[in-house]
Amino acid sequence: MAVESTGEASSLSQSRRLFAVLSDHRVLVSLVALALLPWLLPSKALAVNVLIYGVVVMGYNLLFGYTGLLSFGHAAFFGTGAYLTGIAIGRWGLPWFAAVPLAIAAGTALAVLIGAISTRTRGIYFSMVTLALAQLVYYVALQASSFTGGENGLRGFTVDRIDLLGLQINFLDPVNKYYVLMAFAALALWVQSRILNSPFGAVIEAIRENEQRARACGYDVERCKLIVFMLSGAISAIGGCMSALHLSIVPLDSLHYQTSGMIVMMVLLGGARSFFGPFIGAATFLILEDVVSLWTPHWQIVVGAIFVVFVLFLPKGIWGTLLDVLPFARERR
Amino acid sequence: MDLSLIIMQLFSGIALAAVLVITALGLTIVFGMLGVVNFAHGALFMIGAYAGLYLASLTGSFWWGLLLAPVLVGAFGMLIEFVLVRRLYGRSIDDPLLLTFGLSYILVEGVRIVFGSDGIPFPTPPQLIGVVDLGVGFFPKYRLFVIALVAVVLLVLWLMLERTRVGLIVRAGARDPQIMRVLGVDIGKVWLAIFGLGVGLAALGGVLAGPMRSVNPEMGTLVLAEAFVVTVIGGLGSIVGAVVAGLMVGICISMVALFAPEMATIVMFALMAAVLLVRPQGLFGLKGRA
Repeated sequence: MAVESTGEASSLSQSRRLFAVLSDHRVLVSLVALALLPWLLPSKALAVNVLIYGVVVMGYNLLFGYTGLLSFGHAAFFGTGAYLTGIAIGRWGLPWFAAVPLAIAAGTALAVLIGAISTRTRGIYFSMVTLALAQLVYYVALQASSFTGGENGLRGFTVDRIDLLGLQINFLDPVNKYYVLMAFAALALWVQSRILNSPFGAVIEAIRENEQRARACGYDVERCKLIVFMLSGAISAIGGCMSALHLSIVPLDSLHYQTSGMIVMMVLLGGARSFFGPFIGAATFLILEDVVSLWTPHWQIVVGAIFVVFVLFLPKGIWGTLLDVLPFARERR
Repeated sequence: MDLSLIIMQLFSGIALAAVLVITALGLTIVFGMLGVVNFAHGALFMIGAYAGLYLASLTGSFWWGLLLAPVLVGAFGMLIEFVLVRRLYGRSIDDPLLLTFGLSYILVEGVRIVFGSDGIPFPTPPQLIGVVDLGVGFFPKYRLFVIALVAVVLLVLWLMLERTRVGLIVRAGARDPQIMRVLGVDIGKVWLAIFGLGVGLAALGGVLAGPMRSVNPEMGTLVLAEAFVVTVIGGLGSIVGAVVAGLMVGICISMVALFAPEMATIVMFALMAAVLLVRPQGLFGLKGRA
C-alpha cells in the first residue's frame, strides 16, 4: 500500500518533470508535432491550413491572450501579408525571398498605423475600432481593383519552385510545400517564444492583469501596447505570406471581417494565453469544418454553437482546460 | 454642380442616417445600461429585415411586418439575454462580446438554411411608391416616411427616458445598478427589457432598410461596422451622440457618393479615425469609459 502510493507520487513527479522539460522546449515540441501533422491528418491540404492559420492565430494570441486586447481586425494584417506577397511576385516580378520580407514589412507598417489609432482607446472600444479599421482596409482593397484584383481576388503569381542554396525544390508537391512553409512557421514560433521569454513579455502580461499597476510601475503602457500590436501584426502577416504562396491566389475574403472572426474563434477554442493553444485551436476549427461540411453545407451553425458553448463553459479553451485538469500540468502554461 | 442636386442628396443622406441612428441607438442603449456590446446586432438587424419581409407576405401588408417584426425580434432578444448573456455578467467584458459574436454566426447560417443564401427583393409598400415634390426636386415617398417615422420613434424614446418613472429607473440604473438594487428595483428585469428594446430597434432598422437595400444573410456585417462607427464617433452609451453621429455619417456618405462614389463606404471609417485622434472617447462620450 505504502509502496504503491510512493510509486504513484514518484510517477506523478516524473511526469511533472517531463512536462516541465517539454514546456521549456516549446518551440522544438511544436515543430516536432507540426512535422508529424501531415501524416496524422486525412489530407495534406488540411495540414497546410493548420500550419498557416496556426501562425496567424499565434500572432493574434500575442495581442489577445497575452496582452488582453480583443482585436476584431486581424484579417487586415493576414490579408496584407498575402496581398503584398502576391503583388510583389506577380506584378513587380520579385523572387519569393524578396517578396516575403517586403510583405511582412507592409503588414507590420499597417499594424503600426492601425495600432496607433486603436490603442488610444480602451476596453470594448478597442474591439469596435479594430473591426471598423479592418473593414476600411477591406473596402480599399475592393475599390483598388486594378491593383488587387477587386472582388475576384489576386491571381497570376504561381510559385512552382523554390531555389535555395543551389537546391531546387518542387513547390507543387504538397509534401515539399508543407515542409517549406514549416520553415516560416519555425521562424514565427521562435520569434513568439523569444518575445514571451523577454522582459517585454512579462510587461505585456502585467498590462493584461492590471493596467493601472503596470503604469504605476513606470511602464509606458501605450507604447507597449503599440509595440505588441505591431509584433502581433507582423507574425500574422507571416501567415498571410504562407497563405499566398500556398494558394497562388489571394481571395478578397482574406481581408474580411469573417476572417478576423475565425481567428478569434480559433484562439478561443484552442486556449488563449498559452503557447500551444493557437495551433490546437486552428487544428480543431479546421478539422471541425472539414468533418461537419461532409454532412451539411451549413457547418457554420455547428461551429458557431460549439464556440458559444466554449465561451459559456470552457473560456480557457481546450489547452487551457487541459492544463487545469491534468495533475502534472498545474501551474504551468 | 447644381444646388438642388446637393439638397436632394442631403435628404438622401438624412434617410440613410435615420436607419443608422435607429440601429446605433439600440447598440448604445444596451451598452449604456448593461455594459455589453452586442456583436450580434448586425445579424439581428438582418433577422429584422427577414422577419418584416416574411410577416408582410404572410399578412399581405407591409404595416403588419413593420409593427410585428421589431416586437417579435425584440422578444427573441429578451430570450437571448435571459438564456445566454445573463450568465456572463460579472465576467470579463470581452465574454458577452465573444458570445454574441458566436451567436451572429448561428443566426446568419440559420437564415441561410430557412431563406437561402441569395438576396430577396423587399417590395416598397404600395402607399409609399412614387415621389414627393419638395420644391427643389422630387424625393422618394418611402424615404420621407422613414425619416418621419424615425423622428417619431426618437421623440417617443426621449419622452420615455426623460419624462416617465420607467425612464428614471433606466437612467439611474445606468449610473449605478447596485444602488438601484438596494432601493428595491429588480435591475435584472430592467436589463432584460433594455436588451429587448435594443434588439427591437435593430430589427426596426432592418425592416425600414429592407426596401432601400437588398435583403440577404450577409447584410448585417456592413451594418454592424456602420453601427460601430456611429457609436464610436458619438460616444458609446450616449443617445445624443448616436443621433448626431448618425446624421454626420449618413450625410457624409451621401455627399461623398455624389462626388466620388467609390469612396462612399471608406469615408465613414476615415471620419471615425479622425474623431478618435482628437477625442478617443467620442464626441459625447464620458472620459472614463473610452
